[in-house]
Amino acid sequence: MSRIEQCFAQLRAQGRKALIPYVTAGDPQPDVTVPLLHAMVAAGADIVELGVPFSDPMADGPVIQRASERALAHHVSLRDVLGMVREFRRRDDVTPVVLMGYLNPVEMMGYEAFAQAAQAAGVDGVLTVDLPPEEAAGLVDALRSRQLDPIFLIAPTSTLERIERICANASGFVYYVSLKGVTGAATLDVASVAARLAQIREVTSLPVGVGFGIRDAESAARVAAIADAVVVGSALVKTVEAGAGRPQEIAGHLRLQLGEMRAAMDNAVADAVKHRLRGK
Amino acid sequence: MSKQISQTATAPYAGQLLPDASGHFGPYGGRFVAETLMAPLEELRLAYERFRGDAEFLQELDDDLRQYVGRPSPLYHAARWSARIGGAQVWLKREDLNHTGAHKINNTIGQALLARRMGKTRIIAETGAGQHGVATATVAARLGLECVVYMGAVDIERQAANVFRMKLLGATVVPVTSGSKTLKDALNEAMRDWVTNIDNTFYIIGTVAGPHPYPAMVRDFQCVIGREAREQILRQAGRLPDALVACVGGGSNAIGLFYPFLNDDGVVLYGVEAAGAGLESGQHAAPLCAGRPGVLHGNRTYLMEDDDGQIIETHSISAGLDYPGVGPEHAWLKDSGRANYIAITDDEALQAFHDLTRIEGIIPALESSHALAYVTKLAPRLDRDKIIIVNLSGRGDKDIHTVATREGIRL
Repeated sequence: MSRIEQCFAQLRAQGRKALIPYVTAGDPQPDVTVPLLHAMVAAGADIVELGVPFSDPMADGPVIQRASERALAHHVSLRDVLGMVREFRRRDDVTPVVLMGYLNPVEMMGYEAFAQAAQAAGVDGVLTVDLPPEEAAGLVDALRSRQLDPIFLIAPTSTLERIERICANASGFVYYVSLKGVTGAATLDVASVAARLAQIREVTSLPVGVGFGIRDAESAARVAAIADAVVVGSALVKTVEAGAGRPQEIAGHLRLQLGEMRAAMDNAVADAVKHRLRGK
Repeated sequence: MSKQISQTATAPYAGQLLPDASGHFGPYGGRFVAETLMAPLEELRLAYERFRGDAEFLQELDDDLRQYVGRPSPLYHAARWSARIGGAQVWLKREDLNHTGAHKINNTIGQALLARRMGKTRIIAETGAGQHGVATATVAARLGLECVVYMGAVDIERQAANVFRMKLLGATVVPVTSGSKTLKDALNEAMRDWVTNIDNTFYIIGTVAGPHPYPAMVRDFQCVIGREAREQILRQAGRLPDALVACVGGGSNAIGLFYPFLNDDGVVLYGVEAAGAGLESGQHAAPLCAGRPGVLHGNRTYLMEDDDGQIIETHSISAGLDYPGVGPEHAWLKDSGRANYIAITDDEALQAFHDLTRIEGIIPALESSHALAYVTKLAPRLDRDKIIIVNLSGRGDKDIHTVATREGIRL
């Protein structure tokens, strides 16, 4: 069983939902990233998502674009990111790590070499934003052969046929993009997300995470009530950006922010359970 | 003529019909975008497949190209310049005489007609030098469609006149301040707009790059250049040319000229990239000559990138060639050996810019000047009875400030 599968199995047994925070590796400077990952786990993260900086982040809004630019100013490469995961693993052998980024740095390293290095570093899943399943056979095979989970996005525009195809390629979990747009865009519509999740669950038994548009404890709680995992990115990266002048203080701010989300999510899920019990 | 777009588009070269069903030219091309864009790209592909064989659509396109763009553009024998160079006879395909002054409008007319048939009310585009932005704003004005053009903040400074032209035409010009603040970043930003507004928005990409079906669709719209040139040279010179020369940024004017000649084995194809300050300096925009394959902007192709797979900044005196990628069909034509790719420096292009202006009375765009500069190297190696067609893809009025500044002249 992969770390990601184990994580979701355990959460299910506890009746809880996964909190998956995202930060860009090397933002605002490389030595901050590993302490931030540990701080996020301490604040209640179940899985951590680490962004691989890219010069042309086409699917990202301005907040995560700027994070990439700050990291690239320090020349943070894919190899450096793997080095950070390796360092993180020295103190944490349990929390799954998912890399999120764009295909070109992986192409440059080569699929086999990347999969091998990622496994050796302690990576668990890989989400390549600009790699739809149609083009993914080579990378998926390389990842699978190293027991790494290929994570794919499902969009509001995905047809049922595409959802089936995506789920057939994915393992670990699938990631539902809650709105048409880039990361950090407008607020999401929980009712329509719930309807889409029901469709996705008819196709797959994989856990379904929801991301894009979750900005605070309240929206995290509302999504936790309907999804298996809540992915938070831009809201946290904004905190990192605000603390760029005093990088040693960022971990403390992130801990507070995530702690609120964690508590709100757990309460929401507990309330939902109580509600159901009372209904019976 | 109205049936020819589909005929050209389905003429197989070397037994292969490219791209394949999923948009690949050999290992290049494809569709590398976030999931949200997969459905709209498929919707676009289906619409294009349907309308490219639709007699009414093709008739409207043909009428617009004649009455609005001013096609066919002349094929002009530059006899004086040929004599000066010494060697092969040089013929200029005069895309500079099109409405808006470049080949770009061949494509924007086609895509805008498609947008209207798809019921889209809002047009977006990216632009580097501003030529594609102007060509898009122009057709949007004519069809009464809302138009938003993304342009790098650096390019906005360099091309103030084109920015004003777009605004006069009613377009909103959005400065892009991310990354290198040039064409590639404008393309990123246009993609972000599209993914956010896909319900009512049509993205008119200006070159033969991007996710499938753009490289094939833009090629098909630009093929009018090569189709006309082929007919014209047969009529005016009585035979096919020996060589074709065109500049390559994204590569739409080059593919438009080359494609209808792909099966004419005797016609040698030359694509000319921007060598900037020289290939050895690293300050250039020549991915085919000095780059490596990778994935950017929705397709796999040759790119300017570093060892970590980050896209690097390009340099060219010509804003229209200042792009780190290239259309995937050119990548395939290079690997297959059917076309040759070379690079010309800023200085060489400037020399050709002045020469053509003084000797033929035609001010060429700096982009096209790269192709002209290569002709001055190629023609002397060929006999006087050989024929070279060079694509004069745009006029140089937009570049006079750049040239003056470079030469220390204040206008």
